Amino acid sequence: MAEVLVYVDHVDGAVRKPTLELLTLARRIGEPVAVALGNGAADTAATLAEHGATRVLTHDAAEYADYLVVPKVDALQAAHEAVSPAAVLVPSSAEGKEIAARLALRIGSGIITDAIDLEAGDEGPVATQSVFAASFTTKSRVSKGTPVITVKPNSAAVEAAPAAGAVEALSVTFSDKATGTKVTGRTARESTGRPELTEAAIVVSGGRGVGGAENFALIEALADSLGAAVGASRAAVDAGWYPHTNQVGQTGKSVSPQLYIASGISGAIQHRAGMQTSKTIVAVNKDPEAPIFELVDYGVVGDLFDVVPQLTEEIKSRKG
Amino acid sequence: MSLRIVVTVKYVPDATGDRHFADDLTVDRDDVDGLLSELDEYAVEQALQIAEDADDAEVTVLTVGPEDAKDALRKALSMGADKAIHVEDDDLHGTDAIGTSLVLAKAIEKAGYDLVISGMASTDGTMGVVPALLAERLGVPQVTLLSEVSVEDGTVKGRRDGDAASEQLEASLPAVVSVTDQSGEARYPSFKGIMAAKKKPVESWDLSDLDIEAEEVGLDGAYTTVDGAAERPARTAGTIVKDEGEGGKQLAEFLASQKFI
Ligand SMILES: Cc1cc2nc3c(=O)[nH]c(=O)nc-3n(C[C@H](O)[C@H](O)[C@H](O)COP(=O)(O)OP(=O)(O)OC[C@H]3O[C@@H](n4cnc5c(N)ncnc54)[C@H](O)[C@@H]3O)c2cc1C
Repeated sequence: MAEVLVYVDHVDGAVRKPTLELLTLARRIGEPVAVALGNGAADTAATLAEHGATRVLTHDAAEYADYLVVPKVDALQAAHEAVSPAAVLVPSSAEGKEIAARLALRIGSGIITDAIDLEAGDEGPVATQSVFAASFTTKSRVSKGTPVITVKPNSAAVEAAPAAGAVEALSVTFSDKATGTKVTGRTARESTGRPELTEAAIVVSGGRGVGGAENFALIEALADSLGAAVGASRAAVDAGWYPHTNQVGQTGKSVSPQLYIASGISGAIQHRAGMQTSKTIVAVNKDPEAPIFELVDYGVVGDLFDVVPQLTEEIKSRKG
Repeated sequence: MSLRIVVTVKYVPDATGDRHFADDLTVDRDDVDGLLSELDEYAVEQALQIAEDADDAEVTVLTVGPEDAKDALRKALSMGADKAIHVEDDDLHGTDAIGTSLVLAKAIEKAGYDLVISGMASTDGTMGVVPALLAERLGVPQVTLLSEVSVEDGTVKGRRDGDAASEQLEASLPAVVSVTDQSGEARYPSFKGIMAAKKKPVESWDLSDLDIEAEEVGLDGAYTTVDGAAERPARTAGTIVKDEGEGGKQLAEFLASQKFI
């Protein structure tokens, strides 16, 4: 059976959820072979094996942390040469897309980014994408070379599928371009204890209607009652009420949770671009004409300062 | 020697308009109003600021696109860019990201450059891969997705706010930079700027000027094929209630009925 390369996104050996989703999709096309790089690479093997990786190719070097993107491209290219896979799958993070694009160019392949589904096809894997602020869905495939496809978080279920997960050392020679862009400093983001925005099953977002940084406590309380991640519209981010890392939309994160709760958000096209594929959408807005209501499964026309705290209390009391 | 900055810009269909596909499944660019991609305005802005801080610099805006794409160049010129290059060729219709990066890279090399600045993504294709592809093709450092950028003594520095960490980056020129919408508000063209733009040079190049064969680009040269496009079914109308004092409880009831509580 053909092998499919899966690029592993991990933090010091802890595999992030989108990679496990990629393994689910990879198994539809062939046997997943994972590539894990950098500090803790070998520690990823057990989790990857549990979710279907037949082999785990690993390599660690200081270059992965000290220089931007290119060392990882060099390694993935080495893995591509060693494995001759039927496809290469990469998580659709900002960095993932850059790695994938440069790899595609080097190996003479086409690239598809931000797939939301993937199936095997007669002429290679067929990717579903959501375009124009999620108002259209397209089916595409790579017609030249080994398909390189990046896949958005929450595009497939994480499935247990035990496989060998044999760890093998990947041999990598860095190109002379690998050290072009030096990372001279790194400030890790402080953990909020909440789920990662793009990976969360529930996202609770606030917009301009929240009216101030201190009021975001209401949004956070609702999020915590549901075990959700917190999102924000660009208006709230630009006002300095919430960090840009939490922005949902075209120039922020694209999320596709089971449940999206928007409070004090009007539903501008650029915001919709980042949340329209959510399974269930709920909104609280005092303007009955707000465009967000066109998307909702359930909407409350009202003041969020009344509705949100009441909702939070009710959830807490129901959960006991 | 003067610092040569090339800003890549894209003319895109207006996102607030009704965007759709043409019969050949390319983005319909004829029936919709277009404009300079808003995300490229940030690139133009940073280029102008870097140029203003340098002793001697020249900002060239470059676009690949149909005749109307000149509008995007005019906008950038009226913001303050010095000159423009328009690559236009009928054979370019349907070119994908790989092909676009080829055309841009050849044009950038022909123009001559020390620094290339792009937006973080286009507002229509939204792939966000062209800057990385340009760096790969040009064989120069990639310093991308910056929320802050500065150039001094032949070195570009910037801050990249990633998911897990915020990184300080540094590379020697020549380099390819991309900037996010966090990099700073783009200026509005002044009346004087708009008048001055009319006299600024706009060069037109076609594929033969760049030694690119028609087969390398366009729909035929594309590395990807779109087999189908369907309008997403409109979401079925949901329940909307007016808060009469019980709105939060009603919402909780809905969430419970959907098994979220
Ligand atoms: C290139 C570009 C990229 C962009 N990218 C993004 C992006 O990534 N993400 C994004 O979100 N936006 C983005 N935008 C901005 C977008 O166009 C909107 O301006 C923004 O989404 C508006 O945010 P908002 O809904 O919070 O604010 P508004 O549109 O001002 O809406 C506020 C809403 O809150 C309601 N409200 C007010 N007070 C209350 C109350 N007490 N109770 C209940 N409801 C209340 C109002 O009725 C209103 O509907 C982008 C724009 C451009 C041009």
